[in-house]
Amino acid sequence: MSQGGPAGGTARLAAREDAAPALLVSDISKTFGGARALKGVTFSVRPGEVHGLLGQNGSGKSTFVKILSGFHAPDPGGQISVFGRVLDLPMRAGRFRDYRIAFVHQNLGLVPSLSVLENLRVASITARRAGIDWRHERKAAQAALDRFGIRIDLRERVAAISQVDRALLAIVRASDDLGGDGTQAPGILVLDEPTPFLPKEGVDRLFGLVRQVVARGTSVIFISHDIDEVRDITDRATILRDGAVSTTLDTASASHDDFVEGIVGRRIARQTVPRPAVSARAVRASVRALAEPGLALPRMDLHEGEIVGMTGLIGSGYERVPYLLFGATQATSGTLELDGESIELSRTTPKASVRRGMALLPADRPKASGVGSLSVAENMMVLDLGRFMGPAGLRRAAMTRRTSELAGTFEIRPNSPGLRLGALSGGNAQKVLLAKWLIRNPKLLMLDEPTQGVDVGTRQQVFGIIRKTAADGASVLCASSDFEQLAELCHRVLIFVRGRVAHELTGDDISKEHIAERCYGPARHDLH
Amino acid sequence: MARPDMTSTEAAPTRPFNLGRFVERFALLGVWSVIIGIFGVLLPGIFLSWANFSILFATQAPAAILALALIIPLTAGDYDLSVGATLTLSAVTVGVLNALHHIPVGLVVPIAIGVGILVGFANAFFIVYVRIPSLVVTLGTTSIITGLVQWITNSSTIGGISPSLIAWVGRGRLFGISYSFYYVLILATLIWVIFEYTPLGRRMLFVGRGREVARLSGIDVDRVRTGCLVASGALAALAGVVYAGLLGAADPFSGLNFLLPAFAAAYLGATAIMPGRFNAWGAVVAVYFLSTGITGLTMLGIPLWVTNVFNGGALVLAVTVSQFARGREDTDIA
Repeated sequence: MSQGGPAGGTARLAAREDAAPALLVSDISKTFGGARALKGVTFSVRPGEVHGLLGQNGSGKSTFVKILSGFHAPDPGGQISVFGRVLDLPMRAGRFRDYRIAFVHQNLGLVPSLSVLENLRVASITARRAGIDWRHERKAAQAALDRFGIRIDLRERVAAISQVDRALLAIVRASDDLGGDGTQAPGILVLDEPTPFLPKEGVDRLFGLVRQVVARGTSVIFISHDIDEVRDITDRATILRDGAVSTTLDTASASHDDFVEGIVGRRIARQTVPRPAVSARAVRASVRALAEPGLALPRMDLHEGEIVGMTGLIGSGYERVPYLLFGATQATSGTLELDGESIELSRTTPKASVRRGMALLPADRPKASGVGSLSVAENMMVLDLGRFMGPAGLRRAAMTRRTSELAGTFEIRPNSPGLRLGALSGGNAQKVLLAKWLIRNPKLLMLDEPTQGVDVGTRQQVFGIIRKTAADGASVLCASSDFEQLAELCHRVLIFVRGRVAHELTGDDISKEHIAERCYGPARHDLH
Repeated sequence: MARPDMTSTEAAPTRPFNLGRFVERFALLGVWSVIIGIFGVLLPGIFLSWANFSILFATQAPAAILALALIIPLTAGDYDLSVGATLTLSAVTVGVLNALHHIPVGLVVPIAIGVGILVGFANAFFIVYVRIPSLVVTLGTTSIITGLVQWITNSSTIGGISPSLIAWVGRGRLFGISYSFYYVLILATLIWVIFEYTPLGRRMLFVGRGREVARLSGIDVDRVRTGCLVASGALAALAGVVYAGLLGAADPFSGLNFLLPAFAAAYLGATAIMPGRFNAWGAVVAVYFLSTGITGLTMLGIPLWVTNVFNGGALVLAVTVSQFARGREDTDIA
């Protein structure tokens, strides 16, 4: 804490100080297996307040939201009360409505193929026993929109309205649910990262709506990664770090640095990881003039044997880069030069990329990376089938033998090639899929969240595999939101802010804290 | 007796012999034998005769080829409901060109199969290029083809197909069974080899089970799907040629009657031989299993409507049993 202090609240807030808090959280903990995701969290939200909730990935924000919505049961001992009423924990699913709590999650929970009217009135429409009185529904929907001065055509399909209008619609619906019982008693509206994909003007409109909601006495809990936005809209903010409340700040008197310090923590003595100098080596792959909506990468060079990390806050665009380079999502611009071959990104396909010796391990393992219902051998060998063609077709015994051999090398447990991939643990499945790509000795290995859903023990093995691949000469590009992983693995880390590389950390400068600082840092000025 | 861990396919994948897996693979063959035994007792001297089975093997050849046609797009994740209509269209093409226009069989058969390939391409255009669900597209093409067939034939059977085709399909016999049955065996072998022993078969499997995984693994998903739909069109047309050869005539209606048994056999077959996968031998065994049941029931004098109940009931029951054996997981197959 540098200037000001928690005592300096605004006059408006001071007036409400003595009323019963809208939300009082005391000593809430949550243990998953042996890991404590929340360690005795205590904070309060005042009536009519916009209260920020911040923290890095894994700090416990989403666990808290899931406890509040009744999805997780907290460890015994803690208590949550809403306007003085103690919540009956663990709560049954959907019970939060009785306590006048409403949620808007990042995905908004709208059905794109249905109309604005149907989406807005879904609770009332589906609860009806008798026929639907469409005239009444339309009137109620129009009234809800009018109350907040929002103009959206009720007949339009949600898919056809703008991203901003969708977010507004979701908030209006949630606030309508709060007043659904006819009483005008205030409630609590939880906005769980509604902004990362909105343009600046959209965020302003959304904040306008939030202020209207608050003016009616409801409290808003605003969860976000964006410090500037939190400073703009909230009255106070609670920051979680490693499952505990690190601080509660009065927004008006807190500086940007106070927020960063609350999120990242005080500098701790950093353990230095020896990092070999690789920039002296030859350039293996270089990207030029990649410019997509919301993402610009004018130049990026990857050296032989180098592991380059890419990260940023949600919505900063870094996670799209591997897919664009691989041709998995169609780019409109840019070139990739790989070992002297120049590739137009707008024309490349995954098939061509595989042939050129590129590899992509997507984050969505069950959907995009491996087929759970097929065997380990089938998943591992799918790219290498040609090698096993004999005069009498595929030599299946040889494939099984080779799989078993590789499973030994990659320490895959259990080592049984006939097992369904889906029966393996996340970490072992990931090693199978890494092996699938690595047996082709790729020139460029691209990873998206390579250790997501991978247990701690296996994590080190995955790192070992990636390091060895780089040591053998491949360039590795690793997109990840896990700062600790990047700090441990990478020779160089690119930090994206609003679709651009805003910072580059190399060598000994790479640490979890530095990466986090740069992600949250006041980068806006550097860019414009 | 069987220890609990022996019943799971996954517990001991490297063991040389797994009783549970063995039972799962050959249960359908076992049930088939039991049914044959029961009818053998109920219909002494009539049912268990070589003549009966020789007829059964021959007459069910079009259904078996249709089931083989179906498992190809099913493996790649697409339905092809139009195989029944394509069978009829092909039979009628043979009838019209050969019996009415006297074009020689050697030319008519390739034309008929070409028509089937065209139907496959038409389906593929709407399914793969325009991206409409295969169920919708092939339901539509079924109706279109059925209408066209009625127009071509004026809704009446065309007789007088060249004896040489009849000789090559129905009348010619080896070991007392007509050639048509051996065509089924040849096709099943071919499909089995492609599915199990070629990279193409593996690619089809990945396209069917994980389309995005296949695409990101550099497999040309659109081409594989198109190829599978064209193959099912061609095979359905071949089934039509065999049907015309068995009957010596082109019947404009019965193609659709083959559709449900063929589907039932494709799914039933996916519970046997290679459980959990559409497979050629499972499908062939299932076709003959179903028709054995129906033949026996017909011989017992049971009315015609029972046929439909039997086919549908066998499908749902067989899939239910295999689902319970697997602990009601989500099915791997479409």
